[in-house]
Amino acid sequence: MKLAYWPGCVSRGFTPELHGSMALVAPKLGLELVELDRASCCGAGVIAEHNQELADTLNARTFALAQGVDGAAGMMNICSTCQGAQSECQERLDADSGYRDHINGTLSDQGLTYEKSGEWWNKNFMWLLVEEIGLDKLAAKVVRPLEGLRIAPFYGCYIVRPTHRLGFEAHPNRHKYLDHLIEILGAESVSYAGSHKCCGFPVITMNRATSLRQAGRHLADAIDAGADCLVTPCPLCHLNLDMQQPDAAKFVERDLDVPVLHLPQMVGLALGLEPKELGMDKHVVKTKDVQVKVAEVAAA
Amino acid sequence: MSILDKILGRDEEPADGDGPKNEAAGYTLKIRRYDPESGETAFWHEYDVDIAPERSVLDGILYAKDHEDASIGIRCSCRAAICGSCGVRINGKSALACNTRISDAQAKAGRGKPIVVEPMGNMPVLKDLIVDMDAVHWKKIQRVVPWLLPDGEPPEREYIVPAESMIDVTQSMACIQCGVCVSACLSLEVDPEFVGPAALAKAYRFVGDPRDGQTEERLRDLAEDPHGMYDCTHCFACIEVCPKDVAPMDQIMRLRRRATGDYEIKDKNNGYGHGKAFVDMIENWGTLHEAQMLPRSFGDGSMIKGQTEPGAVKQLVEALPTAIRGLKSGKVTPKAVLFHPKLPDQDNVRKIYKAIESQGERLELNLYIVADNSADEEGAMAEGTKEGLA
Repeated sequence: MKLAYWPGCVSRGFTPELHGSMALVAPKLGLELVELDRASCCGAGVIAEHNQELADTLNARTFALAQGVDGAAGMMNICSTCQGAQSECQERLDADSGYRDHINGTLSDQGLTYEKSGEWWNKNFMWLLVEEIGLDKLAAKVVRPLEGLRIAPFYGCYIVRPTHRLGFEAHPNRHKYLDHLIEILGAESVSYAGSHKCCGFPVITMNRATSLRQAGRHLADAIDAGADCLVTPCPLCHLNLDMQQPDAAKFVERDLDVPVLHLPQMVGLALGLEPKELGMDKHVVKTKDVQVKVAEVAAA
Repeated sequence: MSILDKILGRDEEPADGDGPKNEAAGYTLKIRRYDPESGETAFWHEYDVDIAPERSVLDGILYAKDHEDASIGIRCSCRAAICGSCGVRINGKSALACNTRISDAQAKAGRGKPIVVEPMGNMPVLKDLIVDMDAVHWKKIQRVVPWLLPDGEPPEREYIVPAESMIDVTQSMACIQCGVCVSACLSLEVDPEFVGPAALAKAYRFVGDPRDGQTEERLRDLAEDPHGMYDCTHCFACIEVCPKDVAPMDQIMRLRRRATGDYEIKDKNNGYGHGKAFVDMIENWGTLHEAQMLPRSFGDGSMIKGQTEPGAVKQLVEALPTAIRGLKSGKVTPKAVLFHPKLPDQDNVRKIYKAIESQGERLELNLYIVADNSADEEGAMAEGTKEGLA
């Protein structure tokens, strides 16, 4: 399957292991990724907060670039925040042809037009795995079931709310996909209070206490529920849950020390890729215990 | 049964048809009970209720009250999502009990499982499903001065404003003060002092009102408050649960847009600086240069000024261990801190910035106001969606 691929900013910035692991996992799943190297940041809600039309125009440009990729089935992203911010812009662009024409007018001198179409889609890797590849087909590709691993899903707000904007009418189980993926890859999905809550990242520079109390509390809940690690489809969540984890521990006044995987890393492990090539040594919280468990399964 | 069958629900009967339509059906409500006067801790109790599938969860609670235990505490009045009294949590999700169909709640709970009903979150429980709205919700509403503060002498008769100048605040005016968003708020969960979604939506109702004379003061107050407009984590929980489509988080974003765009309020919480640094970075490079995000936030977009202010120094020092961790783990390289590549055709991104900023007005398409007209494809882009710049 050929896809227009939007990796986002953070996967090429502070979480290079996400971008790298996606590149390795794609061919194993039969995905041909055409990277949108001219596309700009989705705005993460911050540009829309400053000027909605600016965010809508920048994302319309990204959509137009994606629609220009010959033979692509659709567009794929690997960031919950990109998904949410882009879905919000797309909702406005699709709702009103006058507004869409106005935005396309700004893009016209670049030779770009965003075409509204019921056929075209922009899906996070998590949605794509379940809806376009299918759990049956994914299960058939597993060469190293993640048996014995207890994984806590962490979805990220932007990919679960608001449901009316995120296609839940057509796909009512989108809030369970991460759980489904964990189980189909052979691991056990851990149920805990924080799975669909906020990691706190959006206010890390404005209210550090609120931000890290959120991250710390969810990590602690996952640990108390018996998780060996967490997994997330959002690199911004990863920044607060992994990179900031030692500081988050101070805000909740307890030890944390629980690794956080990116979704493509978890899939990659089950498809037989090695932890090191998936960038699992590039985490702040060491992933050694997870690696040992995975190796034990492989040896058994 | 395989894991796949379990995940795909192949072991279950179809999810629809939770009881015959228009006929009484059996549901079980699992209600969290608490009576402070009893001296006992809270406990769960299950009630079987025989009501038709199209009836509400509130009807179910009242059925249990009528048929089994008259002491169940619930606040309610209109039963039509107007009075805003019966906010509860149903299967963990904040909602009005009268506005939630019992068969829908059953579908969410899962076949054969009880429908879980709890009091709202983020507020102390007075009894059973009744929470102390005064202690949290109403106190926060009072905090934002929820009345008009016009300038000068009042007119002899009523204030007269053009109807279109009020369109922008109709969404925040739709609030019925039910507190469901307060219950769901994920910032309040960790910071009880957060002004919160309902009160901030109420604040926008006056900030956006052309008759109010304290617009800048209101914005400055809520921008400078460490628990004000910049304490919202953008989690969409309030948007998801609001029974009247007020979208409180969108109103908070409008407050920020006004505070930064119209009044350039450079708050000590760094809300202005964060937004400015972010928006400028995308204009410069097209993608985010994360390593410079924090220092540029303190410099209101610049790398070389503002960082020596006491608050900035403290936060930059606090962030140092994170930066060191990033370098040590190999996520971040010194080169990446200093250099960030531009998009190959960054000029095209800049052109978009220039075109939009030269318009002299901000265009906002509020779908609550114009509605989705994708079906008729007329393209209304109704009047009243253009915010004039102050």
